[in-house]
Amino acid sequence: MTTEILGVIATYGLTLLLAWPLARYIVKVFKGEKTWSDFMAPMERLFFKISGIDPKEEMTWKEHLKALLTINLVWFVYAFFMLMFQDKLPLNPDGNPGQSADLAFNTAISFLVNCNLQHYSGETGVTYLTQLFVLAFLQFVTAATGIAALIVVFKAFKEKSTTRLGNFWDIFLKTNTRILLPLCIVIALILAFNGAPASFDGKDTVVTMQGDTVNVSRGPAAGFIAIKHLGTNGGGWFGANSCHPLENPNYVTWMTEMVAQVVIPIAMVFALGMFINRRKFAYVIFGVMTIGMIILLVPTMMAEINGNPAIAHMGIQQLTGAMEGKEVRFGPAATGYWSTVTTIISTGSICGFHDSTMPMTGLMELLGMMLNCFYGGCGVGILNYYIFIIIAVFISGLMVGRTPELMGHKLEAREVKIAAIITLLSPFLILAGTALSSWVLAHHPDANWAVKPSAWLNNPGYHGFSEMLYEYTSSNANNGSGFEGLGDGNVFWNVSTGFVLILGRFLPIIGPVAIAGIMASKKYIPESAGTLRTDSLTFGAMTFAVIIVLTALSYFPALALGPIAEYFSLYR
Amino acid sequence: MKKYLLPSIKLTVLLLVLLAGIYPLIIAGIAKMAPGKGGGVTVTHNGKVVGYENIGQKFTNDKYFWSRPSTVDYNAAGSGGSNKAPGNPDYLKTVAERIDTFLAHNPDVKKEDIPAELVTASASGLDPHLSPAAAYIQIARVAKARGIAPEKLKQLVDANTKAPLLGMLGPSTVNVLQLNVALDELK
Repeated sequence: MTTEILGVIATYGLTLLLAWPLARYIVKVFKGEKTWSDFMAPMERLFFKISGIDPKEEMTWKEHLKALLTINLVWFVYAFFMLMFQDKLPLNPDGNPGQSADLAFNTAISFLVNCNLQHYSGETGVTYLTQLFVLAFLQFVTAATGIAALIVVFKAFKEKSTTRLGNFWDIFLKTNTRILLPLCIVIALILAFNGAPASFDGKDTVVTMQGDTVNVSRGPAAGFIAIKHLGTNGGGWFGANSCHPLENPNYVTWMTEMVAQVVIPIAMVFALGMFINRRKFAYVIFGVMTIGMIILLVPTMMAEINGNPAIAHMGIQQLTGAMEGKEVRFGPAATGYWSTVTTIISTGSICGFHDSTMPMTGLMELLGMMLNCFYGGCGVGILNYYIFIIIAVFISGLMVGRTPELMGHKLEAREVKIAAIITLLSPFLILAGTALSSWVLAHHPDANWAVKPSAWLNNPGYHGFSEMLYEYTSSNANNGSGFEGLGDGNVFWNVSTGFVLILGRFLPIIGPVAIAGIMASKKYIPESAGTLRTDSLTFGAMTFAVIIVLTALSYFPALALGPIAEYFSLYR
Repeated sequence: MKKYLLPSIKLTVLLLVLLAGIYPLIIAGIAKMAPGKGGGVTVTHNGKVVGYENIGQKFTNDKYFWSRPSTVDYNAAGSGGSNKAPGNPDYLKTVAERIDTFLAHNPDVKKEDIPAELVTASASGLDPHLSPAAAYIQIARVAKARGIAPEKLKQLVDANTKAPLLGMLGPSTVNVLQLNVALDELK
């Protein structure tokens, strides 16, 4: 077990070591300074020329959002039709069928919003063409969308008083060509040389040692797995995601994928401090986020290492921890670490099935997604955290009786209203969704649907309720992991989570960009002795308290019905 | 919106070529130099391909080391775990049955010594590994079924055990397929 815990610590340390230089590089790219990747510039100019875009045209925050939403709409329409008609298109060596309309709706949206909730299985539900030209493509561009939205906020922080916040297309394209693509090539090659498949060959058939005939699904997965993690997307090439021994063959690939998924979220926090030249402000944010992660991580790892009490009760020692739904090459410590990271940063990839984790772990996974701001997804993590900062500044202002200010701009009613709506949106979507599904299950268990509601749940009792709560939480957080026992590949779940996904993605992008844009256009007030210092430890603690109080109050009743009740019934 | 529609479509097409077309081709091309040429590494026995190094196989015969329970029966056309909750009564019944089966085939083993992974299903259903302890505990059975000295089998397990990365990161593992191939090749 010692080597397993050491592996986790080394992986986190490696992430920090890589995040620092990456942050410096990201800042250089978006400040337009010279970098080694300038050889991409001619290609970028060509792309802009063909597309009829002037990358020097500065946009207001509203224009940024219009461009962002338009291109997202284009992707949605494209993805929806590709998935429905994939059986009639080339690159389908395994002969997989097209998706039904409701499944294509759900899949297109869930990849559009960087969530990757997968109501199909990778081996049978998609083709090589749609894996690459729809899913992997969206994994790149949606991560770039999140980062582009965040860079707009960075620019708004930096300027004293302006409405001009850079060019959306320029930021968006450079995120793809300068950050995501080069890093992905490195990651994909590490994976490929450690056994992840990368060729376009279809399924293979083998006769095993005992004489069984089995198939082995393969395909150009290495590149997909790289962007799936780097872009905090999380959708797997194979059904079992990064538990699959071809998607995550050994401990080297485990570390690589682990570092890949959390390096950009951490680097963006450092980049924030470097970009706006307020490093202490970023360190305080980083500190709060890290403490939040550790609070979620420690109980998780302890619960998994100690094993399942019900199996201990049968007289099995479980020296290797709780092994149901886990892989021997990772073990419980690494799987516990992954489950925390993947839920706080909205990746949603897994290296062990969450449905089979201990109740304490389930609770931490749910909390990680409900908070969704400890590091958080590519770009959007800091946007979520920014909303909490606004609320914290507002409350602190009320407490000391001054007009609240942030970055030299007054925080007024309009901004606080937007922040309040965004804060309330998550509990509303999660709890209303769970209430709706629980109501259907309780009152219409035998409704005449393709999958009867009574057949949705894979586990009885409190855990069954958690399966539904988890699905909506994951959708709202754009996470994409699941308590996968839930029978979610049907119209009710495809459609209801589809709407939660859209609202849970775009409103939390529009809100912070709008707030930052409005604030930046106000008159600049120089700092004085009376200014609330947002880079102090006190303010960090204040933000942390706001995050915990808002989340605890919103979700405690639902959590009490799910993992908390399960905990007390299992550890009697 | 209209002003942005045409640039959006054109930029999307260009990025499709770059990110969905050129990028995976570059990776597939360079991966030709990787072990298995990017198609997965195979294992050969008596000149015949008997499986993939990273894909576990079903072993139920007493003269082989058994793999972990699987929910997809080790057919890698699909993959997945049981998704059973730790307190699910049906699931606990399954675990109890697996314990009984294991004890019936390994009469010398004490119940509390059974490593958990031998009675719980893996995440992928294709887990190719066991912990060294889970291999050691099967030595008595395999030795009896094959008439080989247990000490010799222990050496074989040790030779097929992969230490943690750099000797200190992550768990030790035994690849069951490779172990069983080595077992069949033992003179």
